[in-house]
Amino acid sequence: MLREITLGQYYPVDSVIHRLDPRTKLFGTLVFVISLFVTTSVWGYMLATVFLIFVIKMTKVPFSFMVKGLRSMLVLLLLSVSFNLFLTTGEVLVQFWIIKITREGVRMAGFMAIRLIYLVLGSTIMTLTTTPNALTDGLEKGMGFLNKVRVPVHEISMMMSIALRFIPILVEETDKIMKAQMARGADFESGNLIQKVKAMVPLLVPLFISAFRRATDLAMAMEARCYRGGNGRTKMKPLHYALRDRLAYGLQLGYLAGMIGLRFL
Amino acid sequence: MAIKVEHLNHIYGEGTAFEQYALKDVNVTIEDGQFVGLIGHTGSGKSTLIQHLNGLLRGSSGNIYYNGENIYSEGYDMKGLRSKVGLVFQYPEHQLFEVDVFSDVCFGPKNLGLSKDEIEERARGALELVGLDESFYRQSPFELSGGQKRRVAIAGVLAMRPQVLILDEPTAGLDPKGRDEILDEISALHQEKKMTIILVSHSMEDMARYADRLLVMNHGEKVFDDSPKQVFKHYKELEKMGLAAPQITYVVHELREHGVEIADDLTTVAEARDAILKALRK
Repeated sequence: MLREITLGQYYPVDSVIHRLDPRTKLFGTLVFVISLFVTTSVWGYMLATVFLIFVIKMTKVPFSFMVKGLRSMLVLLLLSVSFNLFLTTGEVLVQFWIIKITREGVRMAGFMAIRLIYLVLGSTIMTLTTTPNALTDGLEKGMGFLNKVRVPVHEISMMMSIALRFIPILVEETDKIMKAQMARGADFESGNLIQKVKAMVPLLVPLFISAFRRATDLAMAMEARCYRGGNGRTKMKPLHYALRDRLAYGLQLGYLAGMIGLRFL
Repeated sequence: MAIKVEHLNHIYGEGTAFEQYALKDVNVTIEDGQFVGLIGHTGSGKSTLIQHLNGLLRGSSGNIYYNGENIYSEGYDMKGLRSKVGLVFQYPEHQLFEVDVFSDVCFGPKNLGLSKDEIEERARGALELVGLDESFYRQSPFELSGGQKRRVAIAGVLAMRPQVLILDEPTAGLDPKGRDEILDEISALHQEKKMTIILVSHSMEDMARYADRLLVMNHGEKVFDDSPKQVFKHYKELEKMGLAAPQITYVVHELREHGVEIADDLTTVAEARDAILKALRK
């Protein structure tokens, strides 16, 4: 019933991108996002497209699988495109009643659409090629400098990985409770909005109780194994940069320089 | 003829690389008033099968008939079916949500759209069947003991007055006393209320004691369908499926190998005791 939820989904194949250090990928994603907002020219977008296609090819993840993530943001995409298309002032191309489409509007709408799609694709590549655990590990180490200003980096990343870990468990639990209540004649589908909200009570109450129960159990299990936060804690698989990471950093910086260069050309 | 399952298949992820048979051509007819035991290793498809019987899952192909009506026919009253075929899930106490025991048991009959008097009468009756008296009615279900919570949950299904009651491991995680009490109550429902019972359990002893028919599932297929006595004769095959026979069956077979003349189909301790005493007196 609820198995279609694909938040932060990992696609298990072996590729160079998969093997990169999570910090490299985080930095790469950041570079890509910045580059999309730096550029304003067609040439800039061409370079971004080449870079994106290159990375997608390297990941060995089927392109159709990546595009799935775009479907969820279709409404947002349409909204921002139409705002740009109809509300930008400039040289009028088509006029119909009170609706005006300008040359600048078309340009802005096009760029906005590309920007949003690339943004989603860029971050999708990261989640598809990085396990949630590697991602939080990367964040923890990459943000380690924040420890100096008393930000509890380890605790935050631990919370993140626990939260990610619990998503599939809670989805399964929801499915189970839903079925159990349906066996007692509950109806989650029909009725008006108020009836539907009311029908959620027999689902949400047991779900919350079970989430709290799982949380206490986990806390107890962590205490039993002497967990006491990040101080002095070592890793089973510490993160190390390899040659491919250096090459990737070089490529990312080269790409960013190219994008900035194109802006001032 | 209560429930008839014909050529039922259930495939997870059909058409993708992850395609997997959860049920493979299952045919079974469960007559009114039977006490059917269902055993199988984890992942053998038994939980999937029972969720088909009240229409929570829909088979990829095949048909299920309840009292002669195909439940997959258009416009079939699924809600009605679910009130006739009651399903108690594993750890059913996890589904409790109301402020007190009585209102939680009322949830099922309320969904059937009955009158207030009828709902309360059914809830009272159901709580009586599971042996909870009026002192429990206004207590919060979350303050009860594990065994009591489970009885409230079972009462929640019984309150719909089903004709068939399916229980998925109703004794998991209970202490021996709670286990025996629950099983005796289920047995009483079968004998006194003439309810059809389908019981999923991992305890071969319970199966030997209560069930008059035993279904064995393995890899989504029905492998055995016979009386417990007959099924447990195949204890070597059962072991290959990660199952076993009641412990006393092993004792009986060992004794036979050592020349004690007793029958080979003894499955309960009481039976075996009588047979051994008889053989020794000779």
